[in-house]
Order: sequence, then C-alpha cells, then structure tokens
Amino acid sequence: MKQQELEKAKEYKYGFTTDIESIRAPKGLNEDIIKFISEIKKEPKWMLDWRLKAFSRLKNMKEPNWQKPKYPKINYQDLYYYSAPKSSNEKPKSLDDVDPKLIETYKKLGIPLKEQEKLAGVAVDAVFDSVSVATTFKDKLTEKGIIFCPISEAIQKHPELVKKYLGSVIPITDHYFATLNSAVFTDGSFVYIPKNVRCPMELSTYFRINASETGQFERTLIIADEGSYVSYLEGCTAPMRDENQLHAANVELIALDDAEIKYSTVQNWYPGDENGKGGIYNFVTKRGACRGKNSKISWTQVETGSAITWKYPSCILQGDNSVGEFYSIAITNNHQKADTGTKMIHLGKNTKSKIISKGISAGKADNTYRGLVDINKKALNSRNYTQCDSLLMGNKCGAHTIPYIKNKNSSSIVEHEATTSKINEEQLYYCNQRGLNQEEAVGLIVNGFCKEVLQQLPMEFAVEAQKLVGISLEGSVG
Amino acid sequence: MLEIKNLKASINNKTILKGLSLSIKPGELHAIMGPNGSGKSTLANVLSGKDGYNISGELNFKGESLKDVPVEKRAQKGIFLAFQYPLEIPGVNTNNFLKTSLNSLRKSKGEKELDSLAFLKLVKEKSSELGIDEKILSRQLNVGFSGGEKKKNEILQMKILDPNLSILDETDSGLDIDALKIIAKGVNSSRDSKKSFLVITHYQRLLDYIKPDFVHVLSDGKIIKTGCGELAEELEKTGYKKLN
Repeated sequence: MKQQELEKAKEYKYGFTTDIESIRAPKGLNEDIIKFISEIKKEPKWMLDWRLKAFSRLKNMKEPNWQKPKYPKINYQDLYYYSAPKSSNEKPKSLDDVDPKLIETYKKLGIPLKEQEKLAGVAVDAVFDSVSVATTFKDKLTEKGIIFCPISEAIQKHPELVKKYLGSVIPITDHYFATLNSAVFTDGSFVYIPKNVRCPMELSTYFRINASETGQFERTLIIADEGSYVSYLEGCTAPMRDENQLHAANVELIALDDAEIKYSTVQNWYPGDENGKGGIYNFVTKRGACRGKNSKISWTQVETGSAITWKYPSCILQGDNSVGEFYSIAITNNHQKADTGTKMIHLGKNTKSKIISKGISAGKADNTYRGLVDINKKALNSRNYTQCDSLLMGNKCGAHTIPYIKNKNSSSIVEHEATTSKINEEQLYYCNQRGLNQEEAVGLIVNGFCKEVLQQLPMEFAVEAQKLVGISLEGSVG
Repeated sequence: MLEIKNLKASINNKTILKGLSLSIKPGELHAIMGPNGSGKSTLANVLSGKDGYNISGELNFKGESLKDVPVEKRAQKGIFLAFQYPLEIPGVNTNNFLKTSLNSLRKSKGEKELDSLAFLKLVKEKSSELGIDEKILSRQLNVGFSGGEKKKNEILQMKILDPNLSILDETDSGLDIDALKIIAKGVNSSRDSKKSFLVITHYQRLLDYIKPDFVHVLSDGKIIKTGCGELAEELEKTGYKKLN
C-alpha cells in the first residue's frame, strides 16, 4: 500500500474493498432490471407484481427536497441496482460453503462468523452488497419457532407472513425513496418471533457495500407476535470511494399485543474524506407499528458515518397503552451532514413516547434534529417527553433543532426540552491534567454527553459504540 | 524536584508572573500565600502546562525542562494539580474517570493497567483512610457535588494517583473545619522523603494543620518574602500590605 493509502485507511478502518468477482445487473432503472432482480431471486409472481406496482408509482413521484442538507442530483439511470458476489449464486447451504474471501471481509469488520457460530450470544445475518451471505445460529432459533433469514428466502418459504406484513407499515406509495426501495430492494433480514417467545439472543445484521456505483436497497421486516420479545441490531460499513453511494433501505417493524421490539443501529458508513469528497447518502425509511395493546417499540441509533444521514425512525402507536421510544446519537464531523429525528404518531389511548436525541457536531459539519409528535384526537391521556441536546466542537459547525408538535386533545401532555452547549476547554484541561490525552479526554466527555443513549444499547455493542464515538471525533479538537 | 528560575508569564498581553524563582526539593512542602491577583493561580496553571500563557524563564521538573511539554505529559511525569474549581463532567462516572486516569498514568510508566477489582480495592482503602464516603464516587464527576465534596474528591484523586509533586490551588477556600481536616489528613499522610507539595492558600488557617517547610509570599508576580512556618502566622496578624 502506498503511504497515502495507508494514511487514508487509518482514518476509516472499514475503507478496504474486497476483490471478489461479482454478478451485476446492467446499469439503469427500468422494468427489465426489476424483472432481472426478481428472477435471479426466484421470486413468485406476486412479489414481482408488487415491485412493478411500486415502480409504476415511482414514475410519477418526485424526490423530496425539504431537508436541510442538499445534495447534487442523483442520476438513477447511472447506478447499478444489483450486485452480488459470484460465488453466492449457488446459494451456500452452510457457512462452510461461503466464499472464504467473504468470511475474511467480515473478519476484518470484526464479525468472525465462524467463531460466532460457536460462541453463544449473537446471531448474525450478513448482507454483502445485494445478497445475504450467511446466517448463523439458525438451528438454535428454529427450535423456538423463530424465523431469522434473508428476506429473499422468506419470500419463498413464508409467503403468507411476507404478503401480510410487507408494506403494511411503509406503504409502497409512501415517498420517493421508500417507493424506489419497494421496486428494487435486493435483500435484507426477515424476523418472525412466535407468540409468547422471548428471543434468547440478540439478532444482528451486518450490511456492507462493496461494489462501486452500486446502490444498496435492503429491506428488513420484523414481526413480533403477541407477547413476544426481540432485540435486533444492525451495523453498517462501506469502502472508501470518491463517488457518493446511495443507500436507501426500508425497515418495517410490527409489534402485536404485549410484544416488544428493540431495534438498535450502529451506522458507520463511509463519511467521505475530510474535504467532503465521497461518502454514503444514507436515506433510510424506518418505521414501526405498535399495532397491539401494550406493545412497545424502541429505536436506538448511533449514527457516526455517511456523508448525509437523512432518516426518521418512527413509531405509530396504534394499540392502547403502547409505548414508543427513540434514542439517538448523531455525530457529524468534517463535512458530514445529518437531518435526523423521529416521528411519534399517537393513535391509541394512554400511549407514551419518549425521545432522547444527542447531536454532536465538529469540523464544518451540520446536524439537525427534526421530530414530529402527533397526538390524535382519540389518543386520550397520552404523553410525550422529548429531550434534544446538541454539543458543538469548534466554531465552524452547526446544530439545529426543529420540533413539530401537534396535540389534538386536552388530556394529553407533551414536554420538550432542548439544550445546546459547546465542549468546554476547561473540562478538557481538567482531564488532561489527570493524564488523559486530548482524544481520550474528548472521548470521555462526549461519551458522558451520550450516556443516556449508550446505555440503551445491548451490552456487547455498547463498548464498541463508545469506541466509535471517540474515533469519529478524532482530530476535531486542538 | 522543581526548579523555577526567573519565570515570567503573561496572558492576553497582561504580565502576571514577573520573574519568579522557586526551588522545591524532594520531601519538602512549600506554602505560597498572597493577596488576590498576586498570581497564585497563574503559577499553578503554568506549572501544570495550561494553554494560553506566554512564558519565559526556566522550568525544570526532576531535572528535565518542562518547556513544550503538554499538560497530560506533565501529569504522566508526576505533577498533580488539585483544582480550585474542579470541573463538572456530566454523564461521566467518577470511579470510571479515576480509573481511566490512573490507568493512563500507569500505561505511560509501562506498568500494567489495574482491573476493576484491584482498582475498587484501592479506592476503598484510600477513601476510608481519609474518611470520605465512597458513595460520591459512583456519582457523575463533580456534578451536584457540594464545594466540600469537590475538594475532598480532589484530595482522594491525589491519594490514588500518588504523584511526585502535588500542587494544591486554594483547596482550603470555602471549607468547613471538618473538610479542612480531611484535606490536611490527605496531605500529611502522603508526605514522605520523596514527595513534594506546593500548597497555595489565602489564609493561614490551613497551615495550622499542615506544617510547611517554607512559606513564600507572592505579590505582584514575584516572591517578595520567604520564611518558615512563623511567617504565615505573622502575615495573619499584619496582613499583606505591610510587606509591600
């Protein structure tokens, strides 16, 4: 490796590419491409029809442009919509059949799938470009009746569940990117937890964009049947490229009566270089429906990567007494931009929502919290508590808080608190005097600032996330 | 241990220290007294390496120049500053802060890091020695601490980090008599032939409990008088004005 490359690699440690032969659909967005994707995945006709319906709607839709971070126009005809490592064309039956190069890639990312199979703890579904390559712990989960598999497999094996729930939270007509995803989604994870089953381990998906000029459009669907519980975590990385890459995923969660879903994200897509060149456009639609009584959906996100992050993991609180939570850390450094937050739609009675958002801005970055709390007329005795804290480092970055609050009945209560502070030189000095260097000190203070969110993460990932928070801000002070 | 020769320091074009010389040998405890604005806290800041000062003169610690040595490196070499106003760091557990701090000092010396168990044992031992309720250590660093608790926490940190040179910047200000005794105990129990102390204070009161080897009077950026313990008592009676 050349010196320059070495230095680059130090900045974003997941910036490597894997030299692997891949099968690609030709560039462009049209019906033939959608048919190609559907065919290569051996999908039933109803699925193809669903995709085509979405595509025909897409033709009459416009990209939204109300967001704060603007971006150059994306030429959707100049992207690849399907890319898969060649070897996975013959579907691997077990981990031993998976291309060793892929396993090696995941090892570099810190997910040794092989070891994972042996160590109890986390079941991983790994998505490489457009396909799922391996799902660990399948047997153990099957025992409990839990389905955890690539969504392409679920479409074939569990069509009744997919048909019933796919698009039921994010309709195919929802908005431009969601509709685009519905037309061209390639893979993602599917989870079904049967009645009264508590999933015995964390379920996890790892997304990796490898091929260039490729968009990643994954689709995740999680259904927690009555009285069940599941905790799910996704992580993401991408190689460093000068071009911007689009990532437009859809994630749908459905919690029935007394069910609980905890969904955690650690997003570390390539953020672009220090001059703002390259990086991922992370335009993701995530929505959960608390469809049953006493159900609960909790989103936790740690967003440190991407050139632009634009997403609002939301909860639709349909069932009476249902609970929605959103815990977020969004870190932007250099030229990164984030416009993120949540929507809490209260429909049922006695519904509760809680929003804790921590935005950290450094360098020339711009960080916006945008959130909607909408309490319906019939959602009597509902409550929302929102807390938005922003931390600024240096004086070239920006932080904005844009709350939208609609309370349509008088028995409900909405609270909103917001603070903005700057990282304090005196605090840094105090830490330095106790022997911590600048980076350790920043890491410590920022982690303190984010604590309420970090402690929501599953134990195994909290430590990782803490480190990531420190790394993302390296070199931003002093 | 510490050699200061003709130290001058200015900040924002204002000269605060105007040629200060001081020598502290291993095992010695020096007290610095002086009126408001004489440069006491500036001296503490400059010794610890705080940014923003324009400095000339010589500053040697354990025979090596401290010129261009950053704050954390000085701390790693064994300089500790008990802050006049300890900082609050929300969300950071005090124990965790102390452990991180101790381990970075140990790492810099090539020693093995302490695991949580060994660390907690050390904390327990030191806090009970000083009569400090260890409950404060499970709270967020200095957040919501009373003035006395903050100062006690500084002394506990000093005991745990075990530095060669401890600088106490008006640690006694605003303390009740019980807290003052804890501070004094912390210092007295640490004194030995290898460790040095620089105790900066406004009042003679602390020196009733901590017996200095030397007392210096700082005025307008210079040491204008040096004596032994009695000098402090004298100052208490006559005030600083008479010395000028």
